[in-house]
Amino acid sequence: MAMTECSEVYDEPDLQADTSGPAGLIALAGTELRLDPAGGLFWPAERMLIVADLHLEKGSSFAARGIALPPYDSRATLMLLVEMAARWRPRIVVSLGDTLHDRRAGTRLGPVEREMLAGLARGREMVWIAGNHDPDAVPELGGVHLPQLAVGGLTLRHEPGARPAAGEIAGHLHPVARVVRRGRSVRRRCFATDGARLVMPALGAYAGGLNVRDRALAGLFAAPFEAHLIGGARTYRIADHVCAPDR
Amino acid sequence: MTVLDRQSAIDLPEPFRSWFAGRGWAPRAHQLALLERARLGRSVLLIAPTGAGKTLAGFLPTLVELAERPRKRNSPRPPGLHTLYISPLKALAVDVARNLERPAAEMELPIRIETRTGDTPASRRQRQRRDPPDILLTTPEQIALLLASADAPHLFGDLKRIVLDELHALANSKRGDLLSLGLARIRALAPEAQTVGLSATVADPDTLRRWLVPQRGEGEMGDLVIAEAGAAPELSMLDSAAHVPWAGHTARHSLSEIYALIAANTTTLLFVNTRMQAELLFQELWHINELNFPIALHHGSLDVSQRRRVEAAMGEGRLKAVVCTSSLDLGIDWGAVDLVVNVGAPKGSSRLMQRIGRANHRLDEPSRAVLVPANRFEVLECRAAMEAVRAGAQDGAVERTGALDVLAQHVLGMACAGPFAADALYEEVRSAEPYSALPRKDFDDVLAFDATGGYALRAYERFARIRQMKDGRWRVANPTVAQQYRLNVGTIVEATMLKVRLVGGKARYGGRVLGEVEEYFVETMSPGDTFVFAGEILEYRAIVEDTVLVVRSHAKEPKVPSYEGGKFPLSTFLAAGVRAMLADPSRWKSLPNQVRDWLEIQRRRSRLPGREDLLVETFPRGGRHYLVAYPFEGRLAHQTLGMLLTRRLERARLRPLGFVANDYALAIYGVSDLSLAVRQGRLDLGELFDADMLGDDLEAWLAEAALMKRTFRQCAIIAGLIERRFPGKEKNSRQVTMSTDLVYDVLRAHEPDHVLLRAARQDAATGLMDLRRLSGMLMRIRERIDHVALDRVSPLAVPVMLEIGREMVGGEAADALLAEAEDELVEEAMRGDDRVQ
Repeated sequence: MAMTECSEVYDEPDLQADTSGPAGLIALAGTELRLDPAGGLFWPAERMLIVADLHLEKGSSFAARGIALPPYDSRATLMLLVEMAARWRPRIVVSLGDTLHDRRAGTRLGPVEREMLAGLARGREMVWIAGNHDPDAVPELGGVHLPQLAVGGLTLRHEPGARPAAGEIAGHLHPVARVVRRGRSVRRRCFATDGARLVMPALGAYAGGLNVRDRALAGLFAAPFEAHLIGGARTYRIADHVCAPDR
Repeated sequence: MTVLDRQSAIDLPEPFRSWFAGRGWAPRAHQLALLERARLGRSVLLIAPTGAGKTLAGFLPTLVELAERPRKRNSPRPPGLHTLYISPLKALAVDVARNLERPAAEMELPIRIETRTGDTPASRRQRQRRDPPDILLTTPEQIALLLASADAPHLFGDLKRIVLDELHALANSKRGDLLSLGLARIRALAPEAQTVGLSATVADPDTLRRWLVPQRGEGEMGDLVIAEAGAAPELSMLDSAAHVPWAGHTARHSLSEIYALIAANTTTLLFVNTRMQAELLFQELWHINELNFPIALHHGSLDVSQRRRVEAAMGEGRLKAVVCTSSLDLGIDWGAVDLVVNVGAPKGSSRLMQRIGRANHRLDEPSRAVLVPANRFEVLECRAAMEAVRAGAQDGAVERTGALDVLAQHVLGMACAGPFAADALYEEVRSAEPYSALPRKDFDDVLAFDATGGYALRAYERFARIRQMKDGRWRVANPTVAQQYRLNVGTIVEATMLKVRLVGGKARYGGRVLGEVEEYFVETMSPGDTFVFAGEILEYRAIVEDTVLVVRSHAKEPKVPSYEGGKFPLSTFLAAGVRAMLADPSRWKSLPNQVRDWLEIQRRRSRLPGREDLLVETFPRGGRHYLVAYPFEGRLAHQTLGMLLTRRLERARLRPLGFVANDYALAIYGVSDLSLAVRQGRLDLGELFDADMLGDDLEAWLAEAALMKRTFRQCAIIAGLIERRFPGKEKNSRQVTMSTDLVYDVLRAHEPDHVLLRAARQDAATGLMDLRRLSGMLMRIRERIDHVALDRVSPLAVPVMLEIGREMVGGEAADALLAEAEDELVEEAMRGDDRVQ
């Protein structure tokens, strides 16, 4: 398929570019979704790209406390988002909260990062769901700021609801899963889903992780869940009983 | 007494002469030599065997000077320290202080002697700053702390003498780097101070001599005094009647003979190389301990109080034997030890000599030691080590340049002491031996790192930790910086350790703490797995915060076999000795029959590894194909080589499955017939082993290597990028581990030349990956690969082949592992599940 230089926004999604294989395809409450190994979720019917927990400017937040982490986390995170946008050509981009690490983080975004955000927003709807780190609208982000978004039978929010909820996509928990095979342990960010609800991996370069076997996560699912671990070129689908707890 | 001794004795002033005479002692020549050098104002390195009165020699000039100090009440004594003693071990500092107080008291010398360690109460530490003693005995970390404060000039300004104990053990490490920088500052504060280095025999004393004096670009050195050697050690190898195993490290076959040695001696020290081996040997000895000898266990993972109890019991002569690791290589003298047994391979001749020296501290009697090889290669290694010890040949020192992360810590400390000018500090730093060739760019990068992180993207100016003043000097930006520095000082970054707590039944609390294990060891265990620790087989139950909960197990054999804590690789020097012995059948006479037969059959069936060549064998076995190489460069270098070779074979579509490595050899296994591939010209071994693998292949591997991330984490902590964890204070050690990995990924992608990554790469070169040794080997064997295609496994290959399934398998990318977990289990996961097509 020929690719135009700048994304024609209402083009068909570039499904050929999908390298995630069959494991990247899931159904959530009957809706077909694609898992991107960069850590995002694409909803073909809505042409919507969903990401969670970008925690932009976490590095500079630490720097203010005397811990000068490399100041490249925001651009590394945004680079993933830009890559996915090029791959799927979404009409709408939704970030499920904690887009910014703290309330003043927007003011610390550098010129490169602002340019990347502006490029993303060009010709698209940008939706910023409120998170606990960024409860209020952030002028530097543009777009719309919403407490949550219910559309096409699915509910998109930051924090998963306390009860099992069909068709819910949330972030907040930063799920990771660990697989131990023959004396080696691999720990990766992952999507966690029981087919009814889905918890997204954190996209932020400096975002830590919570093991899917942790009570806070495992308790969310009514049925056995599966973890889709983020690999180099695709996601790997692992049954919950195969996921090892941390340590 | 010889004429010379009497002549020398005249030099000793009163009351020392009477004190020596009162004990029937004559001062030794090297003790008087040090006194003489001190009078000439010279710094000096003293090389002396244990039991030669080394410490007294180091302090004699101090004691004499202080004794001669005017005793008039009203003449004020100088307010600062007179002598500083620095030891790598806290316990040694305390012990030396005790040994020093006795002569001082008996001669009624008006001297105040005090120690300062992490255990010293805060009130006394404060008082020591205000009102310093004459002699202070301490550790490198305390020196760094003292120097990073504004009262350092008051404390050190009058300093006359510095005594560095066990300098050979300190110099070649990051701890040594930090100490060398501290010494540079002390010499700036007290230019008249002389330094005495005390060391065991080393291959290259000149490096240590340069340590003692400021470097000005001419390779300046302190004087050298070599004490008369003690009696040569009586060294033998246990020629076990039993079958010598092909592989393994337990030496079980020699157990009853080891027990007989213990029975026949008063006190025996049994050295092994890893904590796991210590645990196993200890357990096995108790199984056969029919005479109920008091035998104890000592290694670095055991609870400190338990270690102290063992040391105390040893000091009181209550123990018959102690099984220990390098945890007792150094330390205070125990007169009662009359035999050292080294179980397993000696790994290096210097280490072995140090261990042998732990037996019998009387100079005129020989130390006695027995080597117990645990497998056939170790027989060769023991033989090579014995020859080295007899010839007094030491392992060559690895050339070391000062670490940049340590420098970053020091520079921040200097800012805490007071404002500094960059030019002056750079000159001062270069006067330290490890940093004498430090390029200005590295120094400036370190300075920029301390200030704002040193990133090309200058985003953090307003968060700077140190800032330039109007006059161009640097100072700390605020007082919290100094607090952070003090909490992070030191270069010992423990792997994240978890406490091991023995609980009963289902309890989650209470129980006794047995010691600590590295987190990564527990990482691969599941509840119910058993392992050996603290002399028992334990069952892993759960982890609660920073504690591993275990119960006693009734299992006969532990399920998780290897706990590698504290393994060190074969030294280059000893490896050359083993290679030389292998290549020369005329020297096999001294080997046990079984070992000789083994080598004879190897010579007939395959070939012997040459002194300079690299022997590579390829052969099929059990449906798989193997490539075994014999570089003899130690397991760290072999593991790195294994990683790189499997990557290359993968790329050549020769489908390797994995590899194992030991100290002598490397075995790669896979599905493709490698002999055939060589014959058909599809595989060129010269190309496979080409040193260019250290370029792109290495870079690609480093990107995801867990080893590299661990190395980076250490550098980040030492340099103060992230905070060290503290009991009770730290959030969660797992979060820290996690975040340094993320930081590594981001930094590597965006600023691969950052000073911290440079520091990590420098560590990797000598540390866990041993790149320097690997690259040396690859250069050596260029055009010298000796390939044999065999129809079956060779005798020499058996030991490393036996490691397959016993050791962790390397070479598989993390993603391949995930794919496997997915494939094998996908069916099970899908069962009764029709949500997903």
